[in-house]
Amino acid sequence: MAEIANPSVSIQNLSLNYGAVSVLQTLNLDIAEGEFIVLLGPSGCGKSTLLNCIAGLLDISKGRIFIKGKNVTWEEPKDRGIGMVFQSYALYPQMTVEKNLSFGLRVAGLPKDEIAKRIARAAEILQIEPLLQRKPSALSGGQRQRVAIGRALVRDVDVFLFDEPLSNLDAKLRSELRVEIKLLHRRLQNTMIYVTHDQIEAMTLADRIAVMKGGVIQQLDAPQTIYNRPVNRFVAGFLGSPAMNFIEGQLEAGDAAAFTADGVSIPLDRYEFDKDRGSAGKPCVFGIRPEHVAFGDAAKAMPFTAESAVEIVEPMGSDTLVWTKLGGRNFSFRVEAEKTLRTGDPIRIGFDPARASLFDTPSGNRL
Amino acid sequence: MSDQAVSLSAPSGAGHADASGPSGPKPRHIFSRRNIFLYGTLIVAALYYLLPLYVMIVTSLKGMPEIRLGNIFSPPLEITFEPWVKAWSTACTGLNCDGLSRGFWNSVRITVPSVILSIAIASVNGYALANWRFKGADTFFIILIVGAFIPYQVMIYPIVIILREIGLYGSLSGLVVVHSIFGMPILTLLFRNYFTSMPEELFRAARVDGAGFWGIYLRIMLPMSLPIFVVAVILQVTGIWNDFLFGVVYTRPDTYPMTVQLNNIVNSVQGVKEYNVNMAATILTGLVPLVIYFISGRLFVRGIAAGAVKG
Repeated sequence: MAEIANPSVSIQNLSLNYGAVSVLQTLNLDIAEGEFIVLLGPSGCGKSTLLNCIAGLLDISKGRIFIKGKNVTWEEPKDRGIGMVFQSYALYPQMTVEKNLSFGLRVAGLPKDEIAKRIARAAEILQIEPLLQRKPSALSGGQRQRVAIGRALVRDVDVFLFDEPLSNLDAKLRSELRVEIKLLHRRLQNTMIYVTHDQIEAMTLADRIAVMKGGVIQQLDAPQTIYNRPVNRFVAGFLGSPAMNFIEGQLEAGDAAAFTADGVSIPLDRYEFDKDRGSAGKPCVFGIRPEHVAFGDAAKAMPFTAESAVEIVEPMGSDTLVWTKLGGRNFSFRVEAEKTLRTGDPIRIGFDPARASLFDTPSGNRL
Repeated sequence: MSDQAVSLSAPSGAGHADASGPSGPKPRHIFSRRNIFLYGTLIVAALYYLLPLYVMIVTSLKGMPEIRLGNIFSPPLEITFEPWVKAWSTACTGLNCDGLSRGFWNSVRITVPSVILSIAIASVNGYALANWRFKGADTFFIILIVGAFIPYQVMIYPIVIILREIGLYGSLSGLVVVHSIFGMPILTLLFRNYFTSMPEELFRAARVDGAGFWGIYLRIMLPMSLPIFVVAVILQVTGIWNDFLFGVVYTRPDTYPMTVQLNNIVNSVQGVKEYNVNMAATILTGLVPLVIYFISGRLFVRGIAAGAVKG
């Protein structure tokens, strides 16, 4: 990864402990100007904690935080040049939308005409002008979240922090607002840090994704790289829906290295090993995504093919997920929705091992 | 697909076939065994509690000759308000013969500042404990709660000395201080729990917006806390108004609160027992908490915090 020359946000050796419990462990993260970073991970992985540390809402145990080149480690949240959007919106219930938007500015003692100007701009960007005189209780979930974004917008900040902003919305609204956040980012060109456990949000929004687990960033890279070349089994399993197929087995040494498991032998001469390929008999896990598996005639052209039988068919509308067995494990793949398959049908599947991922079993790291 | 369709239609078909079975709302009988039992119990309990009040009101409206007849449940033959007037303005307690009015105004001057002072301090206490988890907050909270379990009697004499030393013994302001202190544990607990139940993100949003300790308290938390303030006011007004022990210990005869005066009227050993005056005096004394209950019941506004979180 290339060094970022003038990072908008720079986190250096950040640690956070609650007594003996370590929530964040010596974390380093540089975020470029105008970048959209998504912190992705399961609940309890420390992603929201990290965001709260950046916002200054939590005191850190070790390390430093820089925003726009300024050391803000000991600064109050308001002095950090950040705006934050919360999962529960956190609108002040007794204030109208307009008062909600202007609260921070009134606290800061800005002149009235400046406040009015900023509110007008935010309301125009978010299209909430007709809602300005309403109370939050009279707004729908989507409108509330828009107001919450507006509250960050009026503060005219360098960095936007989003803490699972769409988690409380229903699926349809979530995808609508996802697009709106993306458009907002394109228009404002601000640095944005976005916490979510939703991989679709992460994949669609991010310039780079930081996948977190146990307070440690597992992988920090562009969405496509993370999706196609996950650095370990956790990242591989966390991203992708339906999930990646995993087959446990071991490496066969020899000129044409291969992976064997329960009567299946997958040639690995097309697989790009990360480092050394390890010794023969090394236990490892072979992973391949359902959409990288070919089926029927297309499978014949693939370097690896196998015969199997259909076990379960799950039609999903746009395509169909078919479950079968390979190497003694459940194995799923995608076919077009038009294909009619029934339980028990014999099928031929195949894939290119170049698109697969191979992980060391004990460590879970990519080979 | 086809077998799925069959299994779906099967139960609904069975439902249609049984047209004579129950449909629509379940019928309810007014004189069911359950209703008789339920309302019967409630009516008996209500009568049990209302009967003494009835006797008090009826007796307070009778003249002494009528009371001597001994029919305490019969309504007054001749309604007279004289006992009320006497109880309020001329009944003698010790040296003073200006009735309960003196005690009433003493009680007002004790209750109003005590309620305001104790709630103001306790709400800030609770807010600080709930939202600004300062170092030692838990220890502080535990000490405060333990204070709620120490019997008042244990502290009476030490407080007498403290008040004497700071020169407040026997004065109304001394009693106000005592009431404010003794209201602190339970009120702080009340406010702490209320503020803890408020969404944490609201507090964080206000911090990001740049509001400080007082800014968040006054502009965000206070406007959302009307229900808990009403509860606190009810607790404190009734508690302080009805207090007898502190009133009799920490004040002098001319600053006695209404409850102490009432006791002195009712328990006076000289002369004839004027039951009608005693009853009127008792009702007068109990009127303030009663009024508070009736008024504040309406003020319990629900859903003040609605709309702050989720939808």
